Amino acid sequence: MKILETKNLTKHFNGVHAVNNLSVKFESGKITGIIGPNGSGKSTLVNLLSGFISIDEGVVVVSESKSFSKIKPYEISFYGITRTFQNIRLFEQMSVLDNILVVLTERRFLSALFEKHGEYHLKKAEEVLTKVGLWGKRHDLAINLSYGQRKLLEIARAMAMEAEIYLLDEPFAGLFPEMVKIISSVIKELKTKGKTIILIEHNMALIRELSDYVFVMDSGSLLAEGEPNAVLSKREVIEAYLGE
Amino acid sequence: MEYLIHLLILIGIYGILGLSLNLIVGYTGLLSVTQAAFYGIGAYATAILMTALGFNFFSALLIGVLITVLASFLIGFVLSKFRGDYYALGSFGFNIIIFSIFLNWQDLTRGPLGIPGIKRPELFGLNLTSNLSFLILVVIFLILVYLLSRFIINSSFGRALKAIREDEEALQIFGYHTLYYKLAIFVIGAGLAAVAGSLFASYITFVDPSSFTLMESIFILAVIILGGLANLKGSILGAVFMILLPEILRFVGFPNEIAAQMRQVVYGLILIILMLYRPQGLVGEYRL
Repeated sequence: MKILETKNLTKHFNGVHAVNNLSVKFESGKITGIIGPNGSGKSTLVNLLSGFISIDEGVVVVSESKSFSKIKPYEISFYGITRTFQNIRLFEQMSVLDNILVVLTERRFLSALFEKHGEYHLKKAEEVLTKVGLWGKRHDLAINLSYGQRKLLEIARAMAMEAEIYLLDEPFAGLFPEMVKIISSVIKELKTKGKTIILIEHNMALIRELSDYVFVMDSGSLLAEGEPNAVLSKREVIEAYLGE
Repeated sequence: MEYLIHLLILIGIYGILGLSLNLIVGYTGLLSVTQAAFYGIGAYATAILMTALGFNFFSALLIGVLITVLASFLIGFVLSKFRGDYYALGSFGFNIIIFSIFLNWQDLTRGPLGIPGIKRPELFGLNLTSNLSFLILVVIFLILVYLLSRFIINSSFGRALKAIREDEEALQIFGYHTLYYKLAIFVIGAGLAAVAGSLFASYITFVDPSSFTLMESIFILAVIILGGLANLKGSILGAVFMILLPEILRFVGFPNEIAAQMRQVVYGLILIILMLYRPQGLVGEYRL
């Protein structure tokens, strides 16, 4: 069983502590919400966990025997981690289907050279795209999708990875209620499959609905933690997050 | 007729060069300006092996490709440290270095004097001395390079190359060590350019450094941008356009004393207009 834990994780940017001595443990098979005001270090944390930026101090523990203090983005999949981005990052001038197939097919280049997207991969891609309602758009270029559809495609791409740990950076931002519903059900389904989900989100209603546990960050540090209803009613959280 | 065959041979050679560079620039998004260097290594290897060591064309071609593959592996490894504009500048530098080697390693390349007396290919005792027979050989190689390129881009490997072009970091999240992919396609593209170099050396029967300058790399880049990035047919169409356009301008009837200069001006103008109104090239699927 994969676990995910940070021990004294620290990241500075020009003297500013973006993440400061952070020690948190994400429970396996649960949805953990991360909230906090803008600039509190939520996305920096996800970038550290996914190798997008280097860790200054501290370690990330990913199983009982494995931990890292240095990691490259291409290595995170070996630890069963995948992610989405706050600002959508699709393979824009590729079809919707190819955006999924590239995640499903061979990684070693010699094997990839002699592999075509066979029946198995196509079936898998159909399954994932149908789930987010994009199978009908499979031949469209990703760049031609609406904002909401692009968000859905990014979630679908992460799903196709069949990772153990999902880092979802504001997956609901700017979405219509109908699409919120689809992504919400996808996240719930991942949970029922025993996946660990780390959800950065500003919508408190969704945090209450989806999260089993919540971390509140402020100025790169942990401000509070606990079950959603309990945490969201704490005075210091309301003050820091809502400015009340 | 000989004139037409000559143009078709050039189109074939530049078509191969266009295909080789389109794999690197159009499909993978690596703005490389080194292709003339690999074209040159293939040409010089063939020239030296055939004139000094008595190799036949096909074995010289094969060894030329192998030497180019080795050189491009080293160059590609260094270039893989760069991204975007810096990649282009780095590749620019390598073209200049290779050109300088062609020019200054006189014991090997005879420097600016070049290497004359390169033979035409011989196949099963048949000497392909006529331009028509050479054209057939070039067309066969063009088809082979086209089919190989199509095989690459239609594979899962090709799909990953396009994803590198679109967002290399995002692709890495899914377990792709993209450096190997970039290096592999760079080496493949260089090897194919060496094939064009061997054909060129044997066709012209002479090589000197002036054929492999930085301007030549830019010309090959123009072939694929005009024809269409990330489109194999576009690579060949671009070669047709870039080779035939200056020839067509010969018949425009400019006054003799300024004809050459006017042809250059009009040639440049047509390229600018085409880029203004058709920035994706004639049949391109991707814009830089």
